[in-house]
Amino acid sequence: MFRASSSTSQISRPFKAKLRRGFATVSDPPVRRYGGLKDQDRIFTNAYCRHDHGIKGALSRGDWHRTKDILAKGDSWIIQTIKDSGLRGRGGAGFPSGLKWSFMNKPGWERDPRPRYLVVNADEGEPGTCKDREILRGDPHKLIEGCLVAGRAMNASAAYIYIRGEFYQEASHVQQAITEAYKSGFLGKDACGSGYSFDVYLHRGAGAYICGEETALIESLEGKQGKPRLKPPFPADVGLFGCPTTVANVETVAVAPTICRRGSSWFASFGRERNQGTKLFCISGHVNNPCVVEEEMSIPLKDLVEKHCGGVVGGWDNLLGIIPGGSSVPVLPIKKCEEVLMDYDSLKDAQSGLGTGAVIVMNKSTDIVAAIARFAHFYKHESCGQCTPCREGTTWMMNMMDRFVEGRGHQREIDMLLELTKQIEGRTICALGDAAAWPIQGLMRHFRPEVEQRIEKFRAENGPVLFGGRLKSQTDPTLAIPDNLGANLPEVAPPSS
Amino acid sequence: MFAAQLARQVRAPRPLRSVRRISTTPARRSDALFVHRDTPYNNPKIPFAFNADNQKRAQEIISHYPPQYKKAAVIPLLDLAQRQNKGWTSISVMNYVANLLEMPPMRVYEVATFYTMFNREPIGENFVQVCTTTPCMLRGAYDILGKVCSELGGIKPGDTTKDGKFTVIEVECQGACSNAPMIVVGDDFYEDLTLETTKKVLDAFKKGEKPKPGPQSGRHTSENSAGLTALTSKPYGPGEFCTPEFS
Repeated sequence: MFRASSSTSQISRPFKAKLRRGFATVSDPPVRRYGGLKDQDRIFTNAYCRHDHGIKGALSRGDWHRTKDILAKGDSWIIQTIKDSGLRGRGGAGFPSGLKWSFMNKPGWERDPRPRYLVVNADEGEPGTCKDREILRGDPHKLIEGCLVAGRAMNASAAYIYIRGEFYQEASHVQQAITEAYKSGFLGKDACGSGYSFDVYLHRGAGAYICGEETALIESLEGKQGKPRLKPPFPADVGLFGCPTTVANVETVAVAPTICRRGSSWFASFGRERNQGTKLFCISGHVNNPCVVEEEMSIPLKDLVEKHCGGVVGGWDNLLGIIPGGSSVPVLPIKKCEEVLMDYDSLKDAQSGLGTGAVIVMNKSTDIVAAIARFAHFYKHESCGQCTPCREGTTWMMNMMDRFVEGRGHQREIDMLLELTKQIEGRTICALGDAAAWPIQGLMRHFRPEVEQRIEKFRAENGPVLFGGRLKSQTDPTLAIPDNLGANLPEVAPPSS
Repeated sequence: MFAAQLARQVRAPRPLRSVRRISTTPARRSDALFVHRDTPYNNPKIPFAFNADNQKRAQEIISHYPPQYKKAAVIPLLDLAQRQNKGWTSISVMNYVANLLEMPPMRVYEVATFYTMFNREPIGENFVQVCTTTPCMLRGAYDILGKVCSELGGIKPGDTTKDGKFTVIEVECQGACSNAPMIVVGDDFYEDLTLETTKKVLDAFKKGEKPKPGPQSGRHTSENSAGLTALTSKPYGPGEFCTPEFS
């Protein structure tokens, strides 16, 4: 290598001087450390409800500050600002928000007589996620102002905030904020004196996780069962009440006014390329001080846990695994937890996902199989029952996972379960099937030896186990057992032992 | 070799359970019955109507939706009616709402059976919901569930106490994961529970008092309990740090 480079330096080049560098001048570009967001850069300044959440407090914290001027800038300016800021949807999928909002303004949209809707998804139900709750009860005016700004960007006539029914206190705070905003003339016929007419309504759900899905939410808002619709037609063409609709997460909408006021370059200065901005992270599970905190994107996962949550219970070495983005993403083992950054791309590379930024920490005292089995119970409970692979598959996965918790299974069933997850993933209308399959795939990817050990232990105690969990000792020896029940299959020992 | 095996098998007494029934599949259990059966306490003959206050509220809610899509109000109205009907949705409640919104009763039944917050059986005065999904489970939610059940006289999840004061159920994630473990009583969240504070909360309800909702550990909301790591300074005011245009 060295020789090659020295030979190239002998070839006469116009920029020879640049190549001849002394050791002292060689320097790598400075490594940027992410994290350590300052209070002045935090958007949700009342996330902990330590100040007044009403309009007086909101005005003193800079909400509704010159909103009229933002509205006067017009739809394309707002959308361009959001695009430049690099904001990606905070609900889990991470779709670029500016692009999504621009779908509402197709050429010739002015001639469409239908009303147009912005629907805010406040149906926060993903296990581990509790970020929107802090916005709804602490900073409701940020959300209402965000509705107006985002609504202006997509030329919507009204916004519906679909809040989950369990959030009673949060719903009352938001309703209070809406009433106050109407009284102050920020909403209604002449919103903020801009001549733009805009209404915001609150709609309380009634306890269904599936209603957090875009089209299921629309169905539910129309007063039906929350069963996702087939796409296309996409909601931007035919959505709520048959009109163009965009569904956006609470956090995405609520950050929009601040981005417009502080500039897209300010927001884009945080986090890595394509993962810019700040984000609310909610940390739960085995940490000393679980909390919700707004941090810079791309903060290392370890920093997030150590700095804001007082570390893992029993020290970092006592960590077993972390689920970085809510129940629907695969678990990461300790080795990966040390190196990943909390953003869309880094977690995707680690075969997981940012999801909603809900970090569930599990230390070595956790029964990881039981933890994932509990997720399987959750998805079985919440599957809407519309698509067969999900309806039947979630039940099936739950039953298998429950058996694996005690080890009542056959080694080959692990692969059968994995195949089952593959048959559910991508074969359903909405992503609930995928979400149910991924935690199990993650478990088997990183903790398969644990499951294998349990099966082996159970087998050592109770003798061979048939597929489906029946003990061979319980079968009737006088009756023939079909071969495909695995009664006589030799158990293949795991490669580790 | 085969003969020897066969001989051994033949000698073994035939187990009793080898009598096979036509079907041995257990009955499928679900959260609740999805069909309606007329009972003395729940049948269409029991009258139900909104009182004057709720009548007004209902009109306000209906006005939020386009007039040709009145049925969009079905979930909020069922909720309102459930509150008036002591916390449960009877068949008369559903029929009344269907009548009010001019929609087929079946469409209302569909909605009421789909969403878990509609109780189609009577519940106790205090509706205790214990979250046991993984984030809560990691922090000991099953111990809390056990404690709640034993405190209320050894009932099982899904049951109501004999005096009709409490109903306990196990629910899925309630969205307060940083404050796990938690229970919901009525509409209020009681968070950061330990076995002792769970008992305290339930004791207060038994006495007819209402303890203060929110974290029971002394922290305010979901901040770091060992001292703030964010939002320590005074929040910035209007126009601060904005672009020159908006400052």
